Amino acid sequence: MADVAVTPRRRRPPQAWDRLKRNRVAIAGLVVVAMIALVAVFAPWLAPYDPAEQFPEGLSQEGRPFGPTARYWLGTDLLGRDLFSRLLYGARVSLLIGVVANGAALTIGAALGGVAGYFKGWAGAVFMRFTDMMMAFPALLLAIALSAILRPSLWIVALVIALVNWVWIARVVYSQMLALSAREFVEAARAIGVPTGRLLVRHLLPHVIPTLLVWGTLGISTTVLFEAALSFLGVGVRPPTPSWGGIINESQSYFLEAPWLVAAPGVAVLLTSLAFNLVGDGLRDALDPQMRGR
Amino acid sequence: MASYLFVRLGQAVLVLLGIVFLTFFLAFIVPADPARMIAGQSATVETVQRIRHELGLDQPLGAQFWRYLRQVARGDLGRSYAQKVEVAALLRSRFPATVQLMAAGILCELLIGLPAGILAAVRRDTWLDRSVMVGAFLGVSAPQFAVGLLLLYLVAFRFALLPLGGYGSLAHVILPALTLGIAGGGWYARVMRSAMVEVLSQDFVRTARAKGLPPAQVVSRHALKNAVLPIVTMVGLDFGTFMGGVVVVESVFGWPGIGQLAWQAIQIVDIPVILGVVIFSAIAIVTGNVLADLAYPWLDPKIRYQ
Repeated sequence: MADVAVTPRRRRPPQAWDRLKRNRVAIAGLVVVAMIALVAVFAPWLAPYDPAEQFPEGLSQEGRPFGPTARYWLGTDLLGRDLFSRLLYGARVSLLIGVVANGAALTIGAALGGVAGYFKGWAGAVFMRFTDMMMAFPALLLAIALSAILRPSLWIVALVIALVNWVWIARVVYSQMLALSAREFVEAARAIGVPTGRLLVRHLLPHVIPTLLVWGTLGISTTVLFEAALSFLGVGVRPPTPSWGGIINESQSYFLEAPWLVAAPGVAVLLTSLAFNLVGDGLRDALDPQMRGR
Repeated sequence: MASYLFVRLGQAVLVLLGIVFLTFFLAFIVPADPARMIAGQSATVETVQRIRHELGLDQPLGAQFWRYLRQVARGDLGRSYAQKVEVAALLRSRFPATVQLMAAGILCELLIGLPAGILAAVRRDTWLDRSVMVGAFLGVSAPQFAVGLLLLYLVAFRFALLPLGGYGSLAHVILPALTLGIAGGGWYARVMRSAMVEVLSQDFVRTARAKGLPPAQVVSRHALKNAVLPIVTMVGLDFGTFMGGVVVVESVFGWPGIGQLAWQAIQIVDIPVILGVVIFSAIAIVTGNVLADLAYPWLDPKIRYQ
């Protein structure tokens, strides 16, 4: 009898997290992301050697780097440094730039796109023309030009990537904001005299957060690729800081003899970028069920 | 139609103006002293002064920009610091190689992306669909320089099927074009799939099926035409991403095009060449976008210029 008397628990509709949990591919991506983050944080404890140390015994008699051995798990590079340790430390650069550059791009994009979308009119028109111009720029080329002229460092590279990448986010936020600002709750808030700044931050921003989350995650994947390409071209993170693109740049002249020097960091970039892509895609499905399977 | 054209061209001109302004800003404002960079570290103060005057760097900013704009409009992009040659001449000599590579690259990404996307859409929610989509993600996430180097290692070095870099014949273009195509193909597969899924759910497709057309014909005769539209815009927009990829791919394969020119200029901070490449690619991108805009109504009678 008691069973019957119990009030049934209110069934809440399946929430985003539940939907995400059921997406095995996205969860696999999430696990990889977590692992890379752990590696980045704990690199000093995980790495068997100092990534900058040049081992005399890390090179053969003729001065060639070693392939994978029991001592150097992924082999050594042209200077006799341990590739595995350098890869672990490279995760730091990749993730740091991914998160910082992308965070900055999200902030700029959300602020500009949001404000332009809310005020519409000439602000919107100026915004649209300006982003048109930015989108016509070859992003990687612009970043190359900027960092070649500015003398790259970790932070400059992050800044450059942010300056190039914010446009896409801004456009998405802009169009969402256009639709949102025509809704009744915005009019109601305005009618009872909520100040514009507060209205934007407290009432409108929360609606855009799912979009920002999806774009932020997908953006990290592009940013990681971007940083790697810049470092590969020699205008990204400077040596001796180990970065995945930089390792390939250093080993390029020798890669026919030592392909692992290209393959290992290449796989690292691929895995990181892929994992963020899968999570971002999963998030999109989870947060916006209408997009499912599109 | 004429007014539509006019607006689009006006916008394109505006975009180009903005780009010239930005490159001007990069060239003359950001570096501490361009005259010193041209003269070299050992030049005397007088030489630097003279060069500063020749470049007009001692004039007010507005006048400098106006001068720069007139130069660019005439097709004068300045002289390379290192090679002492006109940047425009350098670009012209490198242009054909890059066009070849881009054409082959676009062909590759369409050949990879479109069939994959169509297949995934037609077999939606099967293992085939899922593996195509994972493959597309892999392509999109792979760093081009690593893909290029590994293709060189495997195909050209280990199995000696194709030449190890260089330029000239069809055999030379395959690997660089494939490297470009793998990344782009991933994007195209995704876009093609979602466009196709959309179209396949529409009434006219159901009608075509209902009147007994074989599935292959439904796809090829009815659905494909409608689904291919976003791809056209994408090819137009893609020029930008492509130019970045071209720098990487040309430097990996030693392809003597504009990308390699940019890469060489980066190594020695030859600013006029770097900016020349940026302006040149921006023009290419804007042209690509306008062409895509124009092709649109031609492909789709429904939107023949509203």
